[in-house]
Amino acid sequence: MSAVLEAKSVIKTYEVESTTINAVDDVSLEICPGEFVALVGPSGSGKTTMLAMLAGLLEPTAGSIVIGGRELGDMSEAQRTKFRREKVGFTFQSNNLVPYLSVQENVELMLKLNQRFNRESQKQARDLLERLGLGERLKNLPSQLSGGQQQRVAIARALVHNPNIVLADEPTASLDTERAFQVVETFADLIHARNLAGIMVTHDLRMCQYVDKIVQMRDGKIARIINDTTQISQFANTHMLN
Amino acid sequence: MYVEAVDSGVRTGTVPLKGDVKGLSSPLPPYLAFKEVWRNKGRFLLVSMVIALITTLVLFIDGLAEGLGAGNIEYLQKLDAELVLFQEDVDLSASVSQISRSRLNEIKRVEGVEDAGLIGFSSASVLWGDDEEPLDISLIGVEADKPGEPIAYEGRGLRGKRGDEAIIGRNVALRTGLGVGDQLTMKSIQGTDEELYTLEIVGISDGQQYFIRPSVFVPYLTWEKVKPKGFVEDNDDTDLILNIGAVKLEDPEDLEVMAERLENQVTRIEAVDRQTAYEATPGYSAQQSTLNTIRIFTLLIGVLVIGGFFQIQTLQKVAQIGMLKAIGASTSTIALAFVLQIIYITLLGVGMGAAGTLALSLSFPVSVPIFFTPESVLVAVVSLMVIGPLGGLVSLLYLLRIEPLTALGLAA
Repeated sequence: MSAVLEAKSVIKTYEVESTTINAVDDVSLEICPGEFVALVGPSGSGKTTMLAMLAGLLEPTAGSIVIGGRELGDMSEAQRTKFRREKVGFTFQSNNLVPYLSVQENVELMLKLNQRFNRESQKQARDLLERLGLGERLKNLPSQLSGGQQQRVAIARALVHNPNIVLADEPTASLDTERAFQVVETFADLIHARNLAGIMVTHDLRMCQYVDKIVQMRDGKIARIINDTTQISQFANTHMLN
Repeated sequence: MYVEAVDSGVRTGTVPLKGDVKGLSSPLPPYLAFKEVWRNKGRFLLVSMVIALITTLVLFIDGLAEGLGAGNIEYLQKLDAELVLFQEDVDLSASVSQISRSRLNEIKRVEGVEDAGLIGFSSASVLWGDDEEPLDISLIGVEADKPGEPIAYEGRGLRGKRGDEAIIGRNVALRTGLGVGDQLTMKSIQGTDEELYTLEIVGISDGQQYFIRPSVFVPYLTWEKVKPKGFVEDNDDTDLILNIGAVKLEDPEDLEVMAERLENQVTRIEAVDRQTAYEATPGYSAQQSTLNTIRIFTLLIGVLVIGGFFQIQTLQKVAQIGMLKAIGASTSTIALAFVLQIIYITLLGVGMGAAGTLALSLSFPVSVPIFFTPESVLVAVVSLMVIGPLGGLVSLLYLLRIEPLTALGLAA
């Protein structure tokens, strides 16, 4: 299967007080539809910077990123905004939702941004929320939800407009263990069911049991890629015991 | 309710619409602006209230400026004449200026003058009601059917030059309850005695105050007889002294040329346009500029209050706005939603303030010098509408610069 996301020799450098820091140093990556990838590594390893570049939020210093056949580097700022709106689904660590919109409205916002809000897509949004166990919460405001519920609303929003890739930044950061597993499992299920490319940045290595590939980063470089199912389970289980 | 669903996706045709799918195809910025205001009603209402109070304050200052100004100069302002004549070298002081009646023909003979009349100012008091204080009025002597005589909206104009008749200004009518056909009793000091004069009210004009008093208009010889005098003199028609002249021109646009011509051909007079004349009224300019300063500062306070509120609001929303930009909301969508929000609450505030002011002003007695003209209210409302967006400008610029990267906690 051909990759929906291809990153080639991506480099991101920062100039800090006349020294050059390589936040991301020659990273190449391919992700196919239906593949759920975990980007792991210690703080400062460059995983969030990498995610920002894959999302078109940050321009690489060198290298190329092609998503759905389009080179991000060739796009203008406005085109990148449009690209994020149409082709990317996002969940963030915090401040995921618009506080003054209800659960349902937060998800519909993505459809409205894409001018695809109609009766049919509205029903799909509601079905998605119901599938995520939020059927009773449609009218609630984010402040009335638990952290796990908020993350699930964000997942619905990230998927509702049928993007090419879904990016999740630390989706379990504010959740307790049980909820964290629930959220990532649901996320993985939906990514597989919809044949999307998903990337999750996480500190919590236990969450890796749901992914198809683990990309471990250190000091801006890829330290290891694990894509064997058995090894992935082993990797996750090792950290489970800690 | 049935609504034709219009969207870029599927045409769903006519579908029944429930209450919960409002704004199915509404543009995003007004939707976001409205939702945020609606879900934070208390907070936004508070700002609207501040704007409402500022509106009330500005409108009252405006009304007061108009009202006090009108009390001082209303008569000159409404004068049906293009030029006003004063005696030379009296600094355009209407009470000091003297022009004798015999000069009138000289003035009328100047080419380009359509008509002219002389006006005399004095004061007296009107006796009315049994237990009421006499009402102090400006006693204004005019010539029947000449510039200077106000239009009587009720009754008729003056006739002749010595009739015992009067036109009263609207304020006199409102305060005393006197009407056309009633007897008007006036009191004035003649030498050392108080004399009473009884005139018939033949007409009522609109508001025509002068020297902070409502006005009573009488024929100029009657004026000469009634006005207070230090000593009783033998009236002699030949050198009757009045104060100023009102000149109507054949070509109303020809102000400067005619002023010069009048000054050249009629000795010892100064001719100015109406506005110069009333602005020279003692205290008028100082009073208006003081009130203007208050008005400008009030508007400025409004700008700062709104600016402060929205800046704090924006600072609290940095992460949220970063998130919106990250998921693909364009900067223009976010900026427009912000501006619309300011417009909503400014509109609401100005609306409440204007309605409140109207309600309050209806409860005021006539004697309160507050006066609303459509123009001044319009100017005030428009300037109030501007302070909202103006106050939000700094926040708007800040908003535009928020980077979507903040959503990932990465912004520089």
